[in-house]
Amino acid sequence: MFQIVGKRKLNDSMTLMIVKAPFIAKKAKAGQFIILRVDEFGERIPLTVADYDREAGTVTIIYQIVGKTTMKLDQLNVGDAILDFVGPLGKASELSGYHRAAVIGGGAGCAIAWPQAKALHQMGAKVDMIAGFRNKDIIILEDEMREASDRLFLMTDDGSNGNKGFVTAALAENIENGADYDLVVAIGPLVMMRAVVGVTKPKNIKTIVSMNPIMIDGTGMCGGCRLTVGGKTKFACVDGPDFDGFEVDFDETIKRGRTYFDQERAMAREENCKLMEGVKNA
Amino acid sequence: MPNMQQQKTPMPEQAPQVRCHNFAEVAEGYTEEMAKNEAQRCLNCKNKPCVSGCPVGVHIPDFIACVTKGEYEEAFQIIKQTNSLPAVCGRVCPQESQCESKCVRGIKGEPVGIGRLERFVSDWHMQHAGQAVSAPKATFNGHKVAVVGAGPAGLTCAGDLAAKGYQVTVLEALHVAGGVLMYGIPQFRLPKEIVQKEIDELKAKGVEVKTDMVIGKVLEVDELFDMGYEAVFIGTGAGLPNFMNIPGEALVGTYSANEFLTRTNLMKAYKPEYDTPSPVVHKVAVVGGGNVAMDAARTALRLGAEEVHVVYRRAEEQMPARKEEVHHAKEEGVIFNFLTSPVRILGDENGHVSGIECVKMQLGEPDASGRRRPVEIPGSNFKTSVDCVVMAIGNSPNPLIRSTTKGLEANRKGCIVVNDETMETSREGVYAAGDAVSGAATVILAMGGGKAAAKSIDEYIQKKNK
Repeated sequence: MFQIVGKRKLNDSMTLMIVKAPFIAKKAKAGQFIILRVDEFGERIPLTVADYDREAGTVTIIYQIVGKTTMKLDQLNVGDAILDFVGPLGKASELSGYHRAAVIGGGAGCAIAWPQAKALHQMGAKVDMIAGFRNKDIIILEDEMREASDRLFLMTDDGSNGNKGFVTAALAENIENGADYDLVVAIGPLVMMRAVVGVTKPKNIKTIVSMNPIMIDGTGMCGGCRLTVGGKTKFACVDGPDFDGFEVDFDETIKRGRTYFDQERAMAREENCKLMEGVKNA
Repeated sequence: MPNMQQQKTPMPEQAPQVRCHNFAEVAEGYTEEMAKNEAQRCLNCKNKPCVSGCPVGVHIPDFIACVTKGEYEEAFQIIKQTNSLPAVCGRVCPQESQCESKCVRGIKGEPVGIGRLERFVSDWHMQHAGQAVSAPKATFNGHKVAVVGAGPAGLTCAGDLAAKGYQVTVLEALHVAGGVLMYGIPQFRLPKEIVQKEIDELKAKGVEVKTDMVIGKVLEVDELFDMGYEAVFIGTGAGLPNFMNIPGEALVGTYSANEFLTRTNLMKAYKPEYDTPSPVVHKVAVVGGGNVAMDAARTALRLGAEEVHVVYRRAEEQMPARKEEVHHAKEEGVIFNFLTSPVRILGDENGHVSGIECVKMQLGEPDASGRRRPVEIPGSNFKTSVDCVVMAIGNSPNPLIRSTTKGLEANRKGCIVVNDETMETSREGVYAAGDAVSGAATVILAMGGGKAAAKSIDEYIQKKNK
């Protein structure tokens, strides 16, 4: 059992959780992930390691409440425990040797982009962080991202924070204004990452994307997380989760990501009803 | 006077039309009367040819003699001397090509149903004796050994070492121990409760099992030595699914057999109280001809598929699956397409599987495996509509541990290189066996390897400490 030692709501649908997992905390690096199972009946879901504290023996995860598992997870509080917590899985991001980087996060993806920005910054790269949200009410980790970067560009789809536009617009503008990036890291919805590659590929700026496909064991066994990279089949759990954005077949991955969409939506609805009932009965 | 009945005492089974809609065990096991009747077919040969066919050397005629006398617990203890997982082996061993293939009774008629008797004895023990009369915990001999992977090889190695007094820690990547017995072999062939009981017995013998530990990631082999383990056994299995590299393998509805079976067996996706989404199946093509292909096909039926095809590129006689499993699959309505090989999987506009294109094959000259090589018949391509394709064409050894362990030699196929007798790897104090060494094979061969490794580890540690 893995005890929850910290929990902080970041916005209506996103939560940060600190979990006691000393062995994982000792080894985790930016870009790696864990797999958790909330309880006996739970599915196994992958979540990126957002932060770790080697001394305290804790691992930080940030999740968006999208389905049954994240709903169940969100019902746990400090002092409760998660049944299974496995990691650190996947390859750590290769971020050394870059001078000028743009790290792009979209919504919940900022939770993964933030540690990447922090790692790059610590390795001496100058970092522009570009973070995109639907509106200003759901902006997360603003202070953390500001601290991890030299410049932070906070964009909203509706302009409610006074900076309207998609992350790709900010990226293109920075490049236009002479930011000679030697690395772009993009983490967020697949369509966003595909759009970022659309900007960087013509300019041949190396672009790393972080993939989060369907996965069960996380050790290469199930093959569920396979995706096509450079025409070859790769497993996100052992070959990734970071890949060269120019090589990823996004269209195929977007379709695969919807495999269990209907079932998951039905299960989430059911869980939601159960929660609502709990509220009524309370 | 032995029972000279030529046929094996039949095994009661669930009716095919019933069982193909449930996950309960297909074969229901012998009653005492049936077991005694079958046991009396054994001639108790002096030279015991059956034992030579058993990779772990179970004293077969001795335990069968106990069954004839109704001494079931004694029979169990005889099996247990050499076999850590008898209830599992009684169900999933390919007895027909091992112990039973050497049985004298098989020359004229059917061999003694050794596997069925092994199962009866183990089940009897579980129902009547429980852990109370299990072998007592051995006295700690002062030495610690780490076992990586809680599958058949690791559990056997752990059991044998614990019996010698070693303090053994088994480190498992998944959330339960058992390996392929838990995630791969379906409930209807090997109930998970049985596997759990075997593991509980090992724990009662003092074996410590730590789940959620991916060795090579959270701890490396070198660190295990730093922690005071004097030897490390690697039994990480063949957990890397093979694909054909044909177009369409990334379509929604294409599964590796591992994913298909893990969702169902380990994650219980077929039970409504579990959160794991289940594969959606109506018309299914399973590609392959081994036991895993049979398991996937029969699982698909139980998940509600209306039509399940097995697509195999050679002929029926060359199928690697056990005859009994093929027979069961046929009874349940699985359709076999022999001498047929997929060339591409077809998809619809949403990226879902909509069909499969295959080509007919004919058999040519024998290949390296000794079987006649299947050759395409040009122009014989045809398409069938399906909405699910399961690739069951084998697994390679999982690369995780060898890619993160310095100095651990592996061959071109990714199999860890060992001394065939001692199971010693290129690293001192590190031993390996099972599918991680052999590539995908059987439970009992993995157990045989685990056993050999336990013997070598004992010798190594005792010699080192002299």
